[in-house]
Amino acid sequence: MSKGRYLIFLGCAIPYRVSAFEVSARKVLAKLGVELVEMPEFNCCGLPLDPVSHEAMLVLAARNLALAEQKGLDIITLCPGCAGTLKKVNRMLKEDGALRHSINQRLKEVGLEFKGTIEAKHLMQVLIEDIGLERVKDSVIKPLTALSVAEHNGCHILRPKEFIGFDDPEDPKTLKTLIEATGARCLDYLEETECCGAPSVGVNDKIALQLARNKLNHVKAVKAEAMITICPFCHIMYDTNELRIEKMFNETYGIPILHYPQLLGLAMGFQPEELGFSELRVDASRILDKTKGGK
Amino acid sequence: MTQAECKVVKASEINPRFKYEISKMHGAEKLMRCFQCGTCTSDCPIARYSESYRPRQIIRMAQLGLEDRILDSDTLWLCASCFTCTDRCPQDVEVASVIRVLRNLAAERGHIPQVFREQFSSILESGYAYKIPELRVKRRELLGLPPLPKGNSESIRKTLRGLKPEKFFENNGGY
Repeated sequence: MSKGRYLIFLGCAIPYRVSAFEVSARKVLAKLGVELVEMPEFNCCGLPLDPVSHEAMLVLAARNLALAEQKGLDIITLCPGCAGTLKKVNRMLKEDGALRHSINQRLKEVGLEFKGTIEAKHLMQVLIEDIGLERVKDSVIKPLTALSVAEHNGCHILRPKEFIGFDDPEDPKTLKTLIEATGARCLDYLEETECCGAPSVGVNDKIALQLARNKLNHVKAVKAEAMITICPFCHIMYDTNELRIEKMFNETYGIPILHYPQLLGLAMGFQPEELGFSELRVDASRILDKTKGGK
Repeated sequence: MTQAECKVVKASEINPRFKYEISKMHGAEKLMRCFQCGTCTSDCPIARYSESYRPRQIIRMAQLGLEDRILDSDTLWLCASCFTCTDRCPQDVEVASVIRVLRNLAAERGHIPQVFREQFSSILESGYAYKIPELRVKRRELLGLPPLPKGNSESIRKTLRGLKPEKFFENNGGY
């Protein structure tokens, strides 16, 4: 499969409320020479329905894979939840003939068939495996050497290892490496691989926000100037909810939460307004001033 | 489940076939390997803040056949699906997937938190799990983004027809 052309799978959360991730990802991918083709038709990857019906999840994921096969393109996703689901179902259906047959019976009703001819990858995996660290580094014209940040991978880009498999869930390196490629320092902190809590929102908000608070406390403790995420849900948890967490637990953070492609975009020389910085809830002007050369 | 609720186990509450039934379901095959070491609970980020959610306890209850207690409990829905338990289990039990299997069974009894009902009806309507406001769709142009791909509602409904939990899909799907 061509490494320069992908079908972009946006998922649901990004068009719903995380536009800055999409805006910045499209900018940096174009700069790296990647061509994105839009999905001909969309349905949710299936993950939100897995707790209610595993089979419904399989069918929804398989539909998307079958649509991508018709286009003859690998899928790139920005959401790790979508990436994890599409990867897992792709492998399950490739390996299990009986399961493939039963899902295909359903797809046949609407003129689709899963054949198992494409792959699904997350943006981060495309950056590190297909584009390669060297090309990412070469694209940096304005190294962000004045910045010290912390990373937050989130769960579904790492676990379960059996299906995701490109990084070590206990000591993930990919995002750190990609952050360092921009020239910024990536700080270590306590419990880096812990969950942000997002999946528990709606079931028990208080527990969810306590998880996010715990991480923000650790990030604050190492004096990170920003937190870098690669998942729309983690981003909502920290950026959209930061003020709420501050009020609820009587904390102060003021830590801007950036999507990784926003950070890379700055290092590539894009202007903040081209990277959706105005969409962020937590004010990022302090780090933007610093990357301009300081005031 | 609170401690008080868990005190006494009555023989009449036990479904001795339960563990065999769920061991046949994808994700729960290795349920019986669990030797209760507690790695899952001690590493669980939810257990840290919840007084009731303990994955080890849920696995043990499943092994014992306490079907009703598990499936009728709200606690089951607290799992964040972070898969830390699955990755760290020394016995290779896919703990998070066992919980998912149990949730699927609870859903068949009609126990489905509202948030999932809303997401499902939205998927059937538009393809997207959330109802994306018209303003957001229009704003895309302003942000220089291409139009959003559309969902094919009729086709999605067709492919999901007759799935379990049937009532849920019937009520939401309107077919």
